[in-house]
Amino acid sequence: MRVWLPLGAGLLILAALLVMAAVPDLLTPYDPLGFDYEALLAEPSPAHLFGTDQFGRDILSRTIAASRIDLQIAVFAMVGPLLIGSVIGLLVGWFGGWADALFGRLADIVVTFPFLVLVIAIVAVLGPGLINMYIAVACVGWVVYAKLMRGEVRVQRSADYVAAGQVLGFSTGRVLLRHVLPNAVRPVLVYAVTDMALAILLGSSLGYLGLGAQPPEAEWGVLIADGKNFFTTAPWISLAPGVAIVLAGLGFSLTGDGLQALLDVKR
Amino acid sequence: MSIVLQANAVERRFPAPRGLADLLLRRPIRAVHALSGVSIAIEAGETLGVVGESGCGKSTLARCLVRLIAPDAGAVMFEGQDIATLRSSDRLRFNRAVQMVFQDPFASLNPRMTVGAALAEVLRVHNIVPDADIPARVLALLDQVQLPASAAGRYPHAFSGGQRQRIGIARALAMEPRVIIADEPVSALDVSVQAQIVNLFMELQERLGLAIVFITHDLRLVRHMAHRVAVMYLGRVVETGLTHDIFEAPRHPYTRALISAVPSLIPGQARADAVRGELPSPMAPPPGCPFHPRCPIVMPRCASDAPSLINGVSCWAAG
Repeated sequence: MRVWLPLGAGLLILAALLVMAAVPDLLTPYDPLGFDYEALLAEPSPAHLFGTDQFGRDILSRTIAASRIDLQIAVFAMVGPLLIGSVIGLLVGWFGGWADALFGRLADIVVTFPFLVLVIAIVAVLGPGLINMYIAVACVGWVVYAKLMRGEVRVQRSADYVAAGQVLGFSTGRVLLRHVLPNAVRPVLVYAVTDMALAILLGSSLGYLGLGAQPPEAEWGVLIADGKNFFTTAPWISLAPGVAIVLAGLGFSLTGDGLQALLDVKR
Repeated sequence: MSIVLQANAVERRFPAPRGLADLLLRRPIRAVHALSGVSIAIEAGETLGVVGESGCGKSTLARCLVRLIAPDAGAVMFEGQDIATLRSSDRLRFNRAVQMVFQDPFASLNPRMTVGAALAEVLRVHNIVPDADIPARVLALLDQVQLPASAAGRYPHAFSGGQRQRIGIARALAMEPRVIIADEPVSALDVSVQAQIVNLFMELQERLGLAIVFITHDLRLVRHMAHRVAVMYLGRVVETGLTHDIFEAPRHPYTRALISAVPSLIPGQARADAVRGELPSPMAPPPGCPFHPRCPIVMPRCASDAPSLINGVSCWAAG
């Protein structure tokens, strides 16, 4: 019960997000790019549930249309660090030695910088845009995954079933991929789900700052930034995308926590 | 009888971790002397029992024999070759011939693999049977260790300790080995289950002609199943010989103490000279004979000169 409630709520939110991203055209009440000069900066009303912006575009429709980009950010900003970090963590955890020592120092250096500051610095060098943002996140984010994976691998490495694999004449690659990895990967995957919440926050932060998704692309952070000039007169412009970010973040967090609790109980 | 596996004067130390203070104070590197020159030979088809207190180096010896740990000095010889020098196909041939059963049945099986998959993996990697025959062989292996065919589809957590140890044995048997090194294979099990596993080992030996190195601290098990015994103390073999001789006429004072310490079921029988004192730290083994601080028949010479294993016993008093 304790496990299923957060997990169910989280999965429900994620399912809604997924539907929005998959078929936005079926859900949007208006064309998200359609101007309506009859209803500029209209307050929330039955016709426009979350109001309109300065061009009369329906905020709800724009928020739904933006979910595709934000979901994409959640996935891509997680997958890169996950893959790079897992491979590095697996190798340094297994082989140890100087590579492990080098990794330890490098990880210390990276985690010393505030995450967002480092990402912004890298994006500033590479130039704004989604692709460059993914690159920047991968450059910084892999460290957390690598540390997690390394720790798990070091625990598994001393287990007798690994020794058994060596006595059975299995190659190092087989022992690593077929035996160590499946036993070490679970906490890493659980973290990855939670990390998607952070990825969405990061993506919208950078979008807001103009470093992530670029304006014709509707992204929640960009939408919030659009509304900031009208914040005193028409705060609803930023409200709907803001709520969307909170809900999406909540969805990933709840799912991650639920998965963790679920898997811990079984152990 | 032909010797299949042999340890020649194997030594192994494990250096203790050094802290910054050790480095600054230039303390000497300290090390646990797990094995200080152990020689044993395993003959085809026999059971060699290796006994000793915990900390005497039994498990290190087991791991040296299967090449999990490399000796610092000495060598483990397989078919006349040092196993440390074996490469690629020779090494796989060694792995196939010499298998291990581990002490902890809960740690020695991959929890993410079904029993059938784990056995099939061994068969496939080493091409032991053609792919088409793998399922049948898996069932045959399970049958050999008296597990039902339904075990193949289940994960290790579904089994009890004794059943898991059977799975571990089946996995070793999948390699069609000539020698099985069993490192305390029953010490984690209930006494009633211990007997079943020990009998399984004896049965398999009879049927398959396996040589077994049975490592244990339980003398009763050794007496029950071993043809020959090696008694270890602080990283050395102090006495070795035929099981019957060792139990009827132990020559080393440590062996005598061990045997008299076995609880007897006959009431009124006195328990004479149990070993005095504690096992010395393997970090700082005593000079001379390692047993002299606890020995009931210690002589002045024992504190300075270490006796070597002559005629199966390593004691100045044994002449």
